[in-house]
Amino acid sequence: MKMTSKTLVGALLATTMMASPLLAAGMHPSTGEALADDQSFTYRLLDEHSSVDPQIVEDTSGADIVRDLFEGLYNQDAAGNLVPGVALSHTTNEAKDVYTFTLRDNAKWSNGDAVTAGDFVYGWRRLLDPATASPYAWFGELMSIEGASAVLAGEADPSTLGVSAVDDHTLEVKLTASLPYFALMTTHGSTFPTHQATVEAHGDKWTAPENIVSNGAYVLTEHVPSERSVRERNPMYWNNDATILETITSLVINDENVALTRYLAGELDKTEVPAGQYPKLNAEYPNQAHSNPRLCNYYYTFNMSGNGNPAFDDVRVREALSLAVDRSVITDAVLQGGQFQAYTFTPGLTAGFVTPDVPSASMTQAERDAKAMELMAEAGYGKDNPLKFDMLYNTSEGHKKIAIAMSQMWKQKLGAEAVLANQEWKTFLETRGNQDFELARGAWCGDYNEASTFLDLLDSGSGYNDGKFNSARVDELLMMAKTSDDTQPLYTEIEQIIANEIPVIPVYHYTRVMMLQEDVKGWPFENIEQNVYSKDLYVVAE
Amino acid sequence: MGMVKDPERVEAIADNIADAREVKGRSLWQDAMGRFVHNKAAVGSVFILAGILLFAIVGPYFAVWSNEEIDWARMGNVADVGQPSFENGHFFGLDSIGRDLYSRTIQGTLTSLMVGVVGAMVAVVIGTLYGAISGFVGGWVDNLMMRTVDILIAIPYMFVIILLMVIFERSLIMLFVGIGMFSWLDMSRIVRGQTLALKHKEFIEAARAAGVGWFVIVVRHIMPNLLGVVVVYATLLVPGMIMAESFISFLGLGVQEPNTSLGALISDGAGTILYDQVWQLAIPLTFFLTIVISLFFIGDGLRDALDPKDR
Amino acid sequence: MLNYVIRRLLVAVPTLLILIIICFYLMQTAPGGPFTSERPLPPQVLANIEAKYGLDQPHYKQLYNYVVGIVTQFDFGPSYQYKDRSVNDIIAQGFPVTLTYGFISFVVATIVGVSLGVVAAIRHNTALDYIAVGATFSAQALPNFVMAPILIYVFTLKLGLLPGGGWNGGQWQYLIMPVIALSTSFFASVARITRSSMLEVLNSNFIRTARAKGLPETTIIWRHALKPTLMPVVSYLGPAFVGMITGSVVIDIYFSTGGIGRFYVNSALNRDYAVMLGLTILYGGLTVLFNLLTDLLYAWLDPKIRY
Repeated sequence: MKMTSKTLVGALLATTMMASPLLAAGMHPSTGEALADDQSFTYRLLDEHSSVDPQIVEDTSGADIVRDLFEGLYNQDAAGNLVPGVALSHTTNEAKDVYTFTLRDNAKWSNGDAVTAGDFVYGWRRLLDPATASPYAWFGELMSIEGASAVLAGEADPSTLGVSAVDDHTLEVKLTASLPYFALMTTHGSTFPTHQATVEAHGDKWTAPENIVSNGAYVLTEHVPSERSVRERNPMYWNNDATILETITSLVINDENVALTRYLAGELDKTEVPAGQYPKLNAEYPNQAHSNPRLCNYYYTFNMSGNGNPAFDDVRVREALSLAVDRSVITDAVLQGGQFQAYTFTPGLTAGFVTPDVPSASMTQAERDAKAMELMAEAGYGKDNPLKFDMLYNTSEGHKKIAIAMSQMWKQKLGAEAVLANQEWKTFLETRGNQDFELARGAWCGDYNEASTFLDLLDSGSGYNDGKFNSARVDELLMMAKTSDDTQPLYTEIEQIIANEIPVIPVYHYTRVMMLQEDVKGWPFENIEQNVYSKDLYVVAE
Repeated sequence: MGMVKDPERVEAIADNIADAREVKGRSLWQDAMGRFVHNKAAVGSVFILAGILLFAIVGPYFAVWSNEEIDWARMGNVADVGQPSFENGHFFGLDSIGRDLYSRTIQGTLTSLMVGVVGAMVAVVIGTLYGAISGFVGGWVDNLMMRTVDILIAIPYMFVIILLMVIFERSLIMLFVGIGMFSWLDMSRIVRGQTLALKHKEFIEAARAAGVGWFVIVVRHIMPNLLGVVVVYATLLVPGMIMAESFISFLGLGVQEPNTSLGALISDGAGTILYDQVWQLAIPLTFFLTIVISLFFIGDGLRDALDPKDR
Repeated sequence: MLNYVIRRLLVAVPTLLILIIICFYLMQTAPGGPFTSERPLPPQVLANIEAKYGLDQPHYKQLYNYVVGIVTQFDFGPSYQYKDRSVNDIIAQGFPVTLTYGFISFVVATIVGVSLGVVAAIRHNTALDYIAVGATFSAQALPNFVMAPILIYVFTLKLGLLPGGGWNGGQWQYLIMPVIALSTSFFASVARITRSSMLEVLNSNFIRTARAKGLPETTIIWRHALKPTLMPVVSYLGPAFVGMITGSVVIDIYFSTGGIGRFYVNSALNRDYAVMLGLTILYGGLTVLFNLLTDLLYAWLDPKIRY
């Protein structure tokens, strides 16, 4: 059985190889651009991905591959809007706690089996089954699926999960809360279907190229750990006719400068731009260097738990330190990749969020510096009584540069001495998570495109609130926002509280800065969550 | 990182030194000195190394910028305005974030030299004591101590250092401990051999007969007699230590900012080959190579001088 | 002889066991664990994962299970980071790569180093000797993490001659730069040792006798001087091999060769305990093995030594 299905795929691959030049040499169906004969795309990965199992993968580079190999209920288009995947449409009840998805009847696995509602039921149960031990099992809880917590705790059988196949093409999900945006969550990799027979036949090794059965536009054909991973067109994909790119290769290149060298030598179609190199590359290769907003912030958090530096109990000290950070130097002289100066915690481009006015944003840097010096003097710090504190960041070239620049700003403007300490990633997380720091670096990328994904970090009950900022009013406002129709005034008030209390120093909001060969088209620059589907990419003829 | 240890040669030298002690009229040290002075490369290296040390000590008085100050006006555009220049006081140019490379190179040179010397000292002190005790006490203690060395020598030490740097907070002390901890093994074997030879010499027997304790004998009488071999071995160890530190810095596990070492500077510089900032690699690399190569020449010179069989 | 080999191999067992214990407990004292992440896992999720890998058991029991797994099934455990692979898989995939470029570098370093050392010794105190000595010192001092990016810059970007990295099953184009970067400092060491050893041999009595008999210089060098010259070189080969393995970290980082060097550093950083232990045992075992081979080769070359 196994042999036959593999041979079948092989035969089908062979036929498409023969057929593909006809398509590849043609024109793009909607834009009419002439397509190149060689439809292959090679990009750089910083490090080996953790897995290509949809329910196991936890890193973004692995998630990018999973998005090509598997297809969930919905996909995103270039702008980040929902478009049908395996699901054609869905309905929901008035309370928005029961969702019914209608699946297309022509979706197939790479071995020819039909993709059914049962495959989704299997995948979702698998996500929460303690035996799977998925690091993303919490996503199932976040989706509020009925019975999720009990299954995860091992108190209930996975079959009691509130997800069921009404028939082969109808999937019904029962939720414990009203979630108007539930369908948006189905673009996340952990909700993708998995092929039960394959998983059961091969156990942990089912994702190996010789075993894997997937339902996306591509199949995994080669994987050399820490070197390369290759995926090729899946002829069984329901929309195979629309797929243009034949082969996608990801190469693991640890050093970003070497990656850029190899890009310039023509070995790669895409790579990241190291900090500070964007202006020069943009001048030299204006059509290849790209800088686009990302849904992430970068900040330093004060330790407000009581274990930190006592000087930071004084809000004037916190404000002075925040004011004295010249954000324009960080964005324009250190990073130089079009990043946005940050005075609020939430990135300004977050959907449905208008950046509120905070006083420091409208001041000039000279005014900020003057006020910072004044505040420090009031707080009793100066040349004869200098402020001294530890500043923690994790080992990385970029973080190092920013920390050095900030510490020098404080030293020269305020006479404050920041003692730099870099720790390797896991040690850093442990130290920060145990409130064993005074001032620590932080960054957050939104799980979804809404302001609460950021502001929840300052909820006193949040597991991610490493600074232990505790404001009853912020907690209350966040609670109200969960059910409110008009969240903007609530978020504005939270941002204003942050601006007054300064539990964090927002530094900048991210951009993705990358080099992309000119002939590669279809890149979703507008997608602020950076969800790329290789099936939408194509290579045009020179 | 390829350290030439060549313990056998060193052992041969040790035999020489021990033999020389027998013959009173001839001074081995004078002979050795005479031979060393005639080794042009080694003598030249001593002067070059002294010059670098002098530069590292006097250099800061001429510095316009400190090793941590950022030149804000130039920081965003280092490739174009950050070259070495006498006019703006950046004699060696700027590093990639706009700090003065002249001051940083001086500070890095001192750090690297210190790591080399202190690391070698840790190795020598532990190795000498361990080997001397093992050899002098003898019996099952000797057996146990030497089997322990056999086991430790099979440990891939660079990996344990990586582990140590990951686990403990990074500091210069940790670096010395980490590097020194695995470099004393060969030393202890050589010293043990010498101690066994010295053990039955008259002056030791005399001390023993006078009721002097074994530890005092080891420290007062045995160790001074091992000085020659220790000096040679230490000189051979120093460049290896400096190179090991550079590798650790390359892995990002070296000293904390704003302090630096030549290894850290080279590692930063190696990342900028693509960006027309060649001085950021060339200058610290020149210092690094000069120091390490000089130490190689001096080490070889010392060894040859104390081992006249070679000529 | 056989007794000696058996005794040495038996000593390797406690050696490796001590190595495992040291590394295991060092790893446990490291802050954070394999599942520490920027988004702390909810306690229930973490508990499920730890139960799956047996990390909820006391340390001594984990250690015991680990050692028993190795002894009874030759199973070095799972990777916590790369969840679809076991440590055996990682070693099976990465070690042949490391061994291939390591061995080629080793051969290149030995051939180039011995030739250079012999030439320098024969032409002792001539310009050629000085150049050779200067070159070997420079080559030995130049860190390979500087050399690797320069090679890529020159050969890949400027000249366009060689691929900038990757393995591709070990095709020769992909091997050239890793071998150059890895073998340089070792050929320099071999050359230094060969040179001083050759000088010593050339000054020894039996060579003087041979010269006095009027034998041609080439015969003296090839037939008589070379073998004793190589003795110290042989004793350097064990440490050299271990050095190559350490150097593979740099090679894997820059040339994306997919060898085990990179996995080692990553496993320490990711707290991927089993991978780290497995690779430490592999390196420790190889070190023991190569030191033994070196000693045997030495005994074979020098009939005076008997075990």
